[in-house]
Amino acid sequence: MPNTILRGINSARLNALQTYAFIARNWHLTKRYWGWEVVWFFYALTSGLSVVFIAQGAEALTGSAVGFDVQYLTMYLIIGTLVWRYLSAIFILTSEVIAWERWEGTIEYTLMAPVRRWVHLVGQTAYSLTYGMISTLIIGIAMALFFELDLSNANMLGAGAVILGGSLSLVGIGILASILPLLYPERGAQMTNVVEASFLLISGVYYPISVLPEWMQAVAVLSPVTYVLDGTRAALLDGAALSELWQYILPLLALGCVTLPLGLFAFRLAENYAKRSGKLKRVG
Amino acid sequence: MPKPPPLDRQNALLVTEICKFFHLPQPPLWKRLLGAKMALPQKGALPTVAPGDKAPVAAVDHVSFRIGRGEIFGVLGPNGSGKSTLIRLISTLLKADKGSARIFGIDIEDDEMRVKQLISRVSVDAAFFKKLSPMENLLYGARLYGVTGPVARVKAYEIMGRLGLKRSSYNEPMEEMSRGMQQKVAIARAFLTSPVLLLLDEPTTGLDPRSKREVRAFIEELRDSHDATILITTHDMEEADALCDRVAVIHNGALVATDSPEALKRSIADNGSRPTLEDVFMRLTGEQLLADDSA
Repeated sequence: MPNTILRGINSARLNALQTYAFIARNWHLTKRYWGWEVVWFFYALTSGLSVVFIAQGAEALTGSAVGFDVQYLTMYLIIGTLVWRYLSAIFILTSEVIAWERWEGTIEYTLMAPVRRWVHLVGQTAYSLTYGMISTLIIGIAMALFFELDLSNANMLGAGAVILGGSLSLVGIGILASILPLLYPERGAQMTNVVEASFLLISGVYYPISVLPEWMQAVAVLSPVTYVLDGTRAALLDGAALSELWQYILPLLALGCVTLPLGLFAFRLAENYAKRSGKLKRVG
Repeated sequence: MPKPPPLDRQNALLVTEICKFFHLPQPPLWKRLLGAKMALPQKGALPTVAPGDKAPVAAVDHVSFRIGRGEIFGVLGPNGSGKSTLIRLISTLLKADKGSARIFGIDIEDDEMRVKQLISRVSVDAAFFKKLSPMENLLYGARLYGVTGPVARVKAYEIMGRLGLKRSSYNEPMEEMSRGMQQKVAIARAFLTSPVLLLLDEPTTGLDPRSKREVRAFIEELRDSHDATILITTHDMEEADALCDRVAVIHNGALVATDSPEALKRSIADNGSRPTLEDVFMRLTGEQLLADDSA
């Protein structure tokens, strides 16, 4: 076998091992912080239930029979809650790639290891996707104990395709947000919360974006979360076929094609800046 | 994928006129966008700034030295003298404003990834995931350097055993260990990846005398058995005297002397006195302080 091919195989093997290093480390951290996982599960479940009970209470609120389908509104809010839970988990975990290292004091150790930055980010992303899926599934099962979920008309595969397409662009935005703790050691992690809250506001998680002011609707068009929610609702509530879902999947893929390379590029610039200015230093 | 150039087997580390300044006055943003660079001062000549602005700092000021393969080279200096900054520059964690560092012939700017494969660093604060156990931390570190889990596990047991870590602590969270024990795990982690250049930034600070002695023995063994070169910063003059083939004294970011401990001691001996390395340190950094005061 030529030497170049052998070197390529060795390089791929090393990249796979390093990716696994991040996945295994994050898994160990999740296990060790299991108490927090329990707290977050109850927080996510109770806040989700609080939102969905608004649909159930609509009639009592208005004092008369409501002129809309309560079951539809319940499903609308459940889908919003679960999709947001999944996407925000991806966003938060990806954007915390640096914040975790700062909290633990390991940033210099990890960043001086012979790991290509994209491998580092793939490892973190792989874990965030898996974590997001499993934690959302558990919350979904718990919610099903409270409400009757009617999925008889749902196109589950189509919904999965939309969510997968949206995951990529959220990862790109998460990487972009992760540079904030690189640039601002003390406040960067809190700044990512502002980004997350903005997506929650403009993307139609609990309401259609048509109720927003016009300028917000214009911004919502640029949010991948908007397309994921619209596409998932179309697939699960209306049973839209895959051919109808492309109108959501294509913008998501296009956004992913922009946000992923942009995220990697911006991360490299930010890392170089941090190394020039001494901001990698562990404390502030 | 082109074949990488061969390593320079004799010069483990060659540092040439390396500088790192902080808070230097910058050109306006628009000029920087057009390619204007920050004006770098000459050695020992920092610019004055307007009152209220942060004073410029020469953390590392035109430092040059060479470490031969297999050497243990000590860098001594008071707090804030630039020892840790120098190690960060060599570790690729900081970018130099000027000058260069070559590790086994590879420029750290030109081929950062290859340099990273050759080095490991133990810092004064043991940098660990505190909730994870020593074994989980070691496996994480080993995999980053391409050592597979099963191989790392065997080596980790061996190294931790020899550093005197109790077997019962291997799987307990690091946060439950003493500072000294944590530092031993940090050293074990560095050894696990078999670096050819080991950068030790005050590795024995906070360790009890027995642990210090164990770590020293391990450092010497690493040099003798594993063909490693070691750059160590320390405040412990006895340790530097016992361990180092040569030492450099750094003060205010600049090297003020470089030689073997014996030669440095001879250089200040007068009237038959037998000065220690601590006397050398006090003389070199003290004189510098007096010169600073009178300037």
